[in-house]
Amino acid sequence: MWHHPPFLLSQDPWDLHHRAERDRQRHNEKVKEVIKQNLGEIISQQDIITAHDGKIVKIPIRGLELPRIRFDPNAGKRVGQGAGGTQPGDILGQETVPGQGAGKQAGTEPGVDFYEAEFTIEELMELVFEDLHLPNLQEKGSKKVMADTTQFNTIARKGPLANIDRKRTLIEAYKRSAKQGKPGFEIHAEDRRFRSWEVVPEPQRNAVIFAMRDVSGSMGEFEAYICRSFYFWMLRFLRTKYTNTEIVFITCHTIAKEVDEHEFFAAGDSGGTKLSEAYKLALDIIDKRYNPREWNIYPFLFSDGYNWGDHEVVKLVEQMASISNLIGYGEIADELWGHSDAFAPLGQALYERFAHDPRVVLVRITNKEEVWPALKRFFSKHPEVNQA
Amino acid sequence: MTSQERAELERFIEQAWEKAHEMGLHPFPVHFELVPAHVIYEIGAYGLPARFSHWTFGRDYHRQKTMYEYNVARIYELVINTDPSQAFLLENNSLIANKLVVAHVIGHSDFFKNNTYFAHTDRRMVERARLHADRIRQYEMEHGPQRVEQFLDAVLSIEEHIDPVEPAYRRRDLREYEHQKSVLARPTSEFDDLLGRVETPEPPSTKRVPPEPEKDLLLFLRDYARDLEDWQRDIIGMVREEMLYFLPQIRTKIMNEGWASLIHERILESLPLTPAEHIEFRRMHSSVLSPGSRMSLNPYYVGYQILRDIERRWNGELPEEEEQPETDWLQRPKPRPTGEGWQKLLEVREMECDVTFLRKYLTEGLVKKLDMYTYKLEEVDGSLIWRVQETDWEKVRDTLLDSMTNFGVPVVTVEDGDYGRRGELYLKHHYDGKPLDMDYTLRALKNIYTIWNRPVHLETVMDSEIIIFTYDGQQVTRHGQGS
Repeated sequence: MWHHPPFLLSQDPWDLHHRAERDRQRHNEKVKEVIKQNLGEIISQQDIITAHDGKIVKIPIRGLELPRIRFDPNAGKRVGQGAGGTQPGDILGQETVPGQGAGKQAGTEPGVDFYEAEFTIEELMELVFEDLHLPNLQEKGSKKVMADTTQFNTIARKGPLANIDRKRTLIEAYKRSAKQGKPGFEIHAEDRRFRSWEVVPEPQRNAVIFAMRDVSGSMGEFEAYICRSFYFWMLRFLRTKYTNTEIVFITCHTIAKEVDEHEFFAAGDSGGTKLSEAYKLALDIIDKRYNPREWNIYPFLFSDGYNWGDHEVVKLVEQMASISNLIGYGEIADELWGHSDAFAPLGQALYERFAHDPRVVLVRITNKEEVWPALKRFFSKHPEVNQA
Repeated sequence: MTSQERAELERFIEQAWEKAHEMGLHPFPVHFELVPAHVIYEIGAYGLPARFSHWTFGRDYHRQKTMYEYNVARIYELVINTDPSQAFLLENNSLIANKLVVAHVIGHSDFFKNNTYFAHTDRRMVERARLHADRIRQYEMEHGPQRVEQFLDAVLSIEEHIDPVEPAYRRRDLREYEHQKSVLARPTSEFDDLLGRVETPEPPSTKRVPPEPEKDLLLFLRDYARDLEDWQRDIIGMVREEMLYFLPQIRTKIMNEGWASLIHERILESLPLTPAEHIEFRRMHSSVLSPGSRMSLNPYYVGYQILRDIERRWNGELPEEEEQPETDWLQRPKPRPTGEGWQKLLEVREMECDVTFLRKYLTEGLVKKLDMYTYKLEEVDGSLIWRVQETDWEKVRDTLLDSMTNFGVPVVTVEDGDYGRRGELYLKHHYDGKPLDMDYTLRALKNIYTIWNRPVHLETVMDSEIIIFTYDGQQVTRHGQGS
């Protein structure tokens, strides 16, 4: 019928063929999106707050599947097969609950597909901080506050394959082949060129953050935990993204005191509450050390909202708002106490006065997962605000 | 692969081809391409070279490549159902591994060409899929990658809801449907009116859309969703075409792999191999053809064993006591065939799909030999365990067939495209005793809403009660029947 069987055998260079890379990256992005949606829960974990650098955190996420109209995988019978001698009643395996034990094997078992994403603390930080900024940052002063941005503007010899520059790679391969006097060409590893980026520092922005903390006797264990947790993430954020920011730590019960970082986190709780003292001290420090014309100013205060002399606080916040870029007030309410959604008296007083002032951001935290939304509210871009 | 090895592989393919011809196989011409691993994993994830771009393919590619790099699993071969067939071989496989793969590919190509379920597949699908990809890329540029991705997410999540029984090009619109009804009611002889046989055709009173329950959800959405733009209808059509192309492969997985395994064994046994090659071939063959994990079936193994069994029975080689005599329609035993085994196999590979194949040829002896059983999830002392239920061969067979009905996907039909005269979509799940995974199903329902853009209802059965789930774009509500 035929003299030569109808087939063809060929071998061609496929080095530059990486179509799937783009879709693989898109999938990775989606994994990160899922993790970001659950950041509140993830970053509220004590073991992440105390983790050392480089530690690997495993985050179980549900495999990214398209939802389908499907049968319940855990109901009804299926058919399996053994190596011989299987009897009714034999046990084939246990259904593992995600997060426990070895869940990473590719699923031979029916059921939900869980996927354990592994991140180092640094990568997790990067995710956490990706969308956070110092709001309303103005160009002020002569000291540098670095806010780095990256720009794709150079060519490198090494890099991820997804960034390969085909045109330059081909040119390099041609050039090398021509030099070696070989007709045609193959692409060698040394011919590869990649699009690469540089880190470009943004210019000159002075900023000072006032971290203020209510340490009165009414602040219980839960309130203290939230307060520490918030400031922990805030500090890491500032030190990752705004390396030259200055931070002033203030603790306050009936007397306000400027303290160092260690003391700030370790401070115990006692006595009554007079938060106006904290703002007074902050204003005093601004007056002495941080001229508002030279500095971007961000005061934050965390309290349970039970305070002596709310009216005075409102007055001081008003005064502060005129020289600050953004004022943050966080009120911590243990849900065991009251189920109401309303602020405590101090929060209420501030709310009545500043509800429509975009420079004053009021947040209420009732559980650990709300630390993340609070960070986002304080440190998202507030483009609508222009400083007077 | 060195050029010397390539020349030897080429000689081997020639011999294998002659052998296949002698055996009565009729494969398509085949283009064998030696490629690096990442290319095989890429095409494996997409199903077709140059198919459109979507993150689910990127995910599958990543999984397969990782498993390959950790040596957990590897694809040996990949062959595309086209004319000529396109086959991909791993360039760093050993020569004998590639010889085995070549013979295996010839088996697949013969199956694609001759099995009746593939008769309507588009044999130029690679080109077509490339055009689809170009169009989708164009849409990404016009409407933004995010909008296109969101729409593709929605369409792909219901891609199995098509009707492969109807040819891809069928379309009966309302007018044709009414016409057909009136034709059926027309008098067939001139005396019909005297004999009172004439029924006046029902007037097309309720212009019901669809006229009768429609299983092809994708087609229905493409044609009747009111607010879709042209590019969106086009995407639905493309996804549907590609699914129609892949469906026969899903429906013949066990047979197709069994057939290719049988063919590669026959071809390699009949051609000269060095002793070392022979040992390596046997090692690979038995690793491919071994029982799967205990929770699943290995289609290569099951398919291969059933085909071997058919061949032996039709050759008259089985001892009398192992034989399950074939009976005719009056339950009378048929005479045992002799020497017709190979002919019978060629016929089986032409006529059957997995469901009919298993129903006819999975015997009591095979279920026992292959150690097949049913199992299910049980709760014991608060922990969930998978436990073997039955080894009775008929129960095993029926459970298996039941799980393959409608290729393992719940049957859903469009009952009404203008439900409540508000243009809402009413879908019905045809309950067969297996409950739905409501978490997944309701998320899929939301996807259907994004296509239909009006409230969507799904009727199903839970705990023997008819329940209707409704998604109105805001929330899912649940009603019993009648309320």
